[in-house]
Amino acid sequence: MASPGESGGREQWPLWEVFIRSARGLSHVHAGSLHAPDAVMAVRNARDVYTRRNEGVSVWVVPAAAITASDPDARGAFFESPQGKDYRHATYYSEADAVRHL
Amino acid sequence: MSLAEGTAPGRMDRGAAGGDDAEMARFDEIMAADGRIEPTDWMPDAYRRALVRQISQHAHSEIIGMQPEGNWIGRAPSLKRKAILMAKVQDEAGHGLYLYSAAQTLGTDRDTMFEQLITGKARYSSIFNYFTPTWADMGSIGWLVDGAAICNQVPLCRASYGPYGRAMVRICKEESFHQRQGFEILLALMRGTDAQREMAQESVNRWYGPALMMFGPPDADSPNSQQSMAWNIKRFSNDELRQRFVDMLVPQAEVLGITLPDPAIAWNEERQSYDLGDLDWTEFHEVLAGRGQANAERIERRREAHEGGEWVREAARAYARKQAEAADAAEAQVA
Repeated sequence: MASPGESGGREQWPLWEVFIRSARGLSHVHAGSLHAPDAVMAVRNARDVYTRRNEGVSVWVVPAAAITASDPDARGAFFESPQGKDYRHATYYSEADAVRHL
Repeated sequence: MSLAEGTAPGRMDRGAAGGDDAEMARFDEIMAADGRIEPTDWMPDAYRRALVRQISQHAHSEIIGMQPEGNWIGRAPSLKRKAILMAKVQDEAGHGLYLYSAAQTLGTDRDTMFEQLITGKARYSSIFNYFTPTWADMGSIGWLVDGAAICNQVPLCRASYGPYGRAMVRICKEESFHQRQGFEILLALMRGTDAQREMAQESVNRWYGPALMMFGPPDADSPNSQQSMAWNIKRFSNDELRQRFVDMLVPQAEVLGITLPDPAIAWNEERQSYDLGDLDWTEFHEVLAGRGQANAERIERRREAHEGGEWVREAARAYARKQAEAADAAEAQVA
């Protein structure tokens, strides 16, 4: 299983995906990726590359190869279920527009 | 900037296969709607190639761009200036990494890009092939070179390739301090002695032309531009961006009390813009062809750094391997 940018042949440092929590109370958000030989170095490098201006209070790194993604070719069918189901949104119920606190 | 953004494994070979009419139509549709292309989307080979070329050139520029300033860290006139310069050089390294990551999502691995750089197969911005003999050059680089770069980069935040645009957003946010600190270096010199003022003016005299040439050749001589604009990678032409830059520069030069070395600069009431004189494009092509002041030195330094660092990379790999083996062995024992 090859991830993009990781080509066979020469042995390279593996690719890590980096997630940063910008403040307590907020979730970790994907910030980017980097190469590092192991998890400890990945966390350190992530700090240096992605938090030079106090952007974070916590860093997660995940081996890119460990991520399972939905199939981009099948995204139409895969995400079809919510299509046409506007009634899942509050804005669908327009009769109540004029009524307060509803 | 790569996998977690929705890249499925094992799909990078496909773009090369060409794609059918439906895929091409879908791509055209996205372009027409000014939408974004993501790594897993089908894209024409030429689009992919153009992006790899542009993004990797851009990354190389950031990495080579560390050299002219790194050269001054030890000699900057105060501890504060040294710290600022180090922060700036560190930023350039970071920007290079964001961009290499973006280029990698197109299926070109980093070692290949490094190799293209140190073998001279890939280009980087010609501006970094000029020497920085005086302290005022740190001011000129910040004010003029980073200024021109920002002018170029802000529209790239809307580039049609998602990972590139996102990298540019981050870079632009960080880049604004670079220009302001350069301006302040020049301002401090202009408020100093006659010799300091002379040093500032002399430096701007050298950097003004090359900075303006960073936008690329005049529109009429820029064959790649049109295609890039059709693909929503480039949003404004070279000459448009150059004009925009000069219009910003003239009032800033007045604040500094520095004279821009182009006697043709004059306000044009009709165009509501400044007219400017011709640039020395012969020099531009000479530097591009590898005959600039520092071409050979920059590449040599880069090669030394890359090859000299090989034992560190190898040691880190060996350490990681050993740690993993030890962890496996410990696990086996427990089981």
